[in-house]
Amino acid sequence: MAPYLSLAIWVPILAGVAVLVLGRDRDAGTARWIALAGALAGFLVTLPLYTQFDLTTSSMQFVERSEWIPYFDIYYHLGVDGISVLLVLLNSFTTLLVVWASWESIKVRVAQYMAAFLVMSGFLNGAFIAQDAILFYVFFEAMLIPMYLIIGIWGGERRVYAAIKFFLYTLLGSLLMLVAFLYLYQKSGSFALADWYELPLSLQTQVLIFIAFFAAFAVKVPMWPVHTWLPDAHPEAPTGGSVVLAAITLKIGAYGFVRFVLPILPDASHYLSGFIITLSLIAIVYIGFVAIVQPDMKRLIAYSSISHMGFVTLGFFLFSVQGSEGALAQMLSHGFVSAAMFLWVGVLYDRMHTHLIADFGGVANTMPKFAAFVMLFSMANAGLPGTSGFVGEFLVILAAVKFNFWIGLVAAISLILGAAYTLWMYKRVLYGEVANARVAALTDLNRREFWLLATLAAAVLFMGIWPKPFIDVMHVSVVDLLAHVAKSKL
Amino acid sequence: MTVNLLPILPEIVVLIGASVVLLVDLFLDDDRRHIGYWLAQSTLLVAAWATLRTLDIDVVRVMHDLVVDDLVADLLRLCSFAAVSLVLFYSRSYLALRGLFRGETFVLILFALLGMQVLITANSFLTLYLGLELMSLALYALVAMQRGERAPAEAAMKYFVLGALASGFLLYGMSMIYGATGTLEIDRVSRAVLAGGENEILLIFGLVFVVSAIAFKLGAVPYHMWVPDVYHGAPTAITLLIGTAPEFAAFAMLLRLLGGALVGAEVDWQGMLVVLSVLSVTLGHVVAIAQVNLKRMLAYSNIANMGYVLMGFLAADVTGYSAAMFYMVAYVLTSLVSFGMIVLLSRRGFEADLLDDLRGLNTRSPWWAFVMLLAMFSLAGMPPTIGFYAKLLVLQAAVKAGFVWLAVVGVIAALIGAFYYLRVVKLMYFDEPVDRSPIEARADTRVLLSANALALLLFGILPQPLMGLCAVVLVQSQFF
Repeated sequence: MAPYLSLAIWVPILAGVAVLVLGRDRDAGTARWIALAGALAGFLVTLPLYTQFDLTTSSMQFVERSEWIPYFDIYYHLGVDGISVLLVLLNSFTTLLVVWASWESIKVRVAQYMAAFLVMSGFLNGAFIAQDAILFYVFFEAMLIPMYLIIGIWGGERRVYAAIKFFLYTLLGSLLMLVAFLYLYQKSGSFALADWYELPLSLQTQVLIFIAFFAAFAVKVPMWPVHTWLPDAHPEAPTGGSVVLAAITLKIGAYGFVRFVLPILPDASHYLSGFIITLSLIAIVYIGFVAIVQPDMKRLIAYSSISHMGFVTLGFFLFSVQGSEGALAQMLSHGFVSAAMFLWVGVLYDRMHTHLIADFGGVANTMPKFAAFVMLFSMANAGLPGTSGFVGEFLVILAAVKFNFWIGLVAAISLILGAAYTLWMYKRVLYGEVANARVAALTDLNRREFWLLATLAAAVLFMGIWPKPFIDVMHVSVVDLLAHVAKSKL
Repeated sequence: MTVNLLPILPEIVVLIGASVVLLVDLFLDDDRRHIGYWLAQSTLLVAAWATLRTLDIDVVRVMHDLVVDDLVADLLRLCSFAAVSLVLFYSRSYLALRGLFRGETFVLILFALLGMQVLITANSFLTLYLGLELMSLALYALVAMQRGERAPAEAAMKYFVLGALASGFLLYGMSMIYGATGTLEIDRVSRAVLAGGENEILLIFGLVFVVSAIAFKLGAVPYHMWVPDVYHGAPTAITLLIGTAPEFAAFAMLLRLLGGALVGAEVDWQGMLVVLSVLSVTLGHVVAIAQVNLKRMLAYSNIANMGYVLMGFLAADVTGYSAAMFYMVAYVLTSLVSFGMIVLLSRRGFEADLLDDLRGLNTRSPWWAFVMLLAMFSLAGMPPTIGFYAKLLVLQAAVKAGFVWLAVVGVIAALIGAFYYLRVVKLMYFDEPVDRSPIEARADTRVLLSANALALLLFGILPQPLMGLCAVVLVQSQFF
């Protein structure tokens, strides 16, 4: 069997290096085509992960394991299960979209831009499939470097502030996690995640480690109240940066909860579940209100992301199959929907160089095809049945009602709020009279943009109408995860 | 009676080389100074060859036990040779443009190196002191070499006065320990301390002074005052030298005195190192934020990094020592790149030592910006660079020794540090250049500096050989 997982990491990274070496600033075309070829190859090598995936087992598949740093018992240990395989596919797919989306909009330092995304994509895949804590950490940290450069070089006006805030915020959490890793290594003599799942720990220790992990993953998710970097980073990031940030990097935080917090610290997770549920509900409701009043489209979508990610953390800490599967479905759906939302804002930004809602109005008159796509994505963002946004939210709310009626009720408020902020933005941007001369001069989607949005529209509808292929892949692994969480380690 | 001189062959080679350069230089005119330069480089090569040829995995003590030749000594010697050689390569045009491309410079550098070697191989307090003085005196003179300039003279004076104070501390401390144990030889002191029964107060009194002297040489807070001024005032090529090779000697001093002679009193020095380490990592990183001069900023970064070395060392076992040693190697490798870049960017009559001089480097040259980026992320301890594993080993040693809180302090300080390293990256990548002059450098400098930077990445992806080497060497030399 071919080492698909290694390929999933190294094909994009090497493609990124090739773009840097071969692409010249004066000859942007070459860089674009090499990048597209690299992204496509990166996507193709991940497809066998889905087609050859064994749905009947919860153990790791496509495993690769070899010595890496024997001095420290660190292994180059890769593997995927039903939880991570879809995230790897989502990431490789999104990278392809990002390269395609920034074909014309990026004009300076094209080679560096494309290379940053490809390298980033490899690091993200690495974080999703690493089965060794230090290997995970290396990818988890290294991805900050390309993201920092993406926001800082190609970003908007306050890009420097946003880039440094993004970097330091996320670094603080991960450094504390590193100390927790070293402590666990001290206790178990191994960095293998599978060994840590079996390691007995006292409740007090579990709670301390929980705090360290929480610092790392909650910042990435991001959960209220450590979310403030996200609304600052998004408006300043270029379109591709926003897409990757929203669609993938946020998922790393949620993935960390599933892969590290729940199985390694089951007792602390139960002990502190009230805390996490409360924070999630605050994110869902309070941040939903905050989103309504945003004057900037990208900030609005950023807040809506935080609110949607609240469902993910809520779902995991309900400790039921329905809740966890809902959370995972929500992660995937949010990957598609947020990518689509940021892409359509990018389409407008390329034409008008602004993403303030007040600068628009009546866009539907000049861009009818565009308006149709935006309608679909807005509905998905609001969680309309038939779109992917509905599946996850519905499952999580269902699980929440079973867990406690009032939690379910509060979470359900999101359906109203989501509709409120998304549709009100839609109304102000696309409906009404043509607001000004610049809107009147807008041209509708070109062929590249059309197919880009059409691809995502197909994904959103497919997952909304027939979520079974997605749920089936994760089911066995989720059941196994919950069995781990139910077993006390005291 | 025959004397076995083989273990000190590298020292003999460097001494002969230095003397030859001194003599030959008398007969060279200004156009042929490069002969002295190449003689110095060949001396380093021969010395490295001699070290490898006489490699002996056993611990050998010679010259009436004044000198010890173990694997630690061999490794540190080789590292020093490599560092000095790279310093010479990187700074050739810099020295030439400032009238420092002279025989005296090479002779002083070789004598400083000889001092480091003597220090590295010391088995007696006397030899150790001798090596330290030889190294320090040559370095004082090197800092002051640029006659007529105010800043170097001031820096040399500060370096000399404070360095002399540190030497005084060391001598005083050693004499106390001699009083307590009745011997100057490191292995015998070690045995005496381990056996116990000596005058405890006298010993601890001496220990305090010895630790202070070591902290002085490392530049750990609160004995750090000389570091920023000397780094800032010295010609950049000399800063490059001071910031790299002597670190190995300072580590040897730490290892021979605390890990060797006073290993029995570890409970007493552990506490002191904890304080030094915490102060260094926090103060070094915090003050570095306020600097506008790149050399000063890197000086404070050096202070903080020495704090991490101490954090690993204070675990007082082979894990801790090898973590500290790995950290030192990683730090010097990174420093060679960061200071090497300042030397590379400097031109005739222009020192690229302000942070603003890096503005827009990515526009001027994407490659050199990437090289500096690697150095900065390595200093910040970000994977996939060698700096990450250095921090990882040190933190692990601290956790293993039961100092989890110290590791937490370490990572929080690292976060503060990340801010100013990120600022350097920000200047290079996010800003537009003010100065658009092309970057010119000799071909050998370009190749070696690039290779050096790629080594940061290579050892970041495959750190095992270096990590394993540090541990094996320490175990073979009986530090555990």
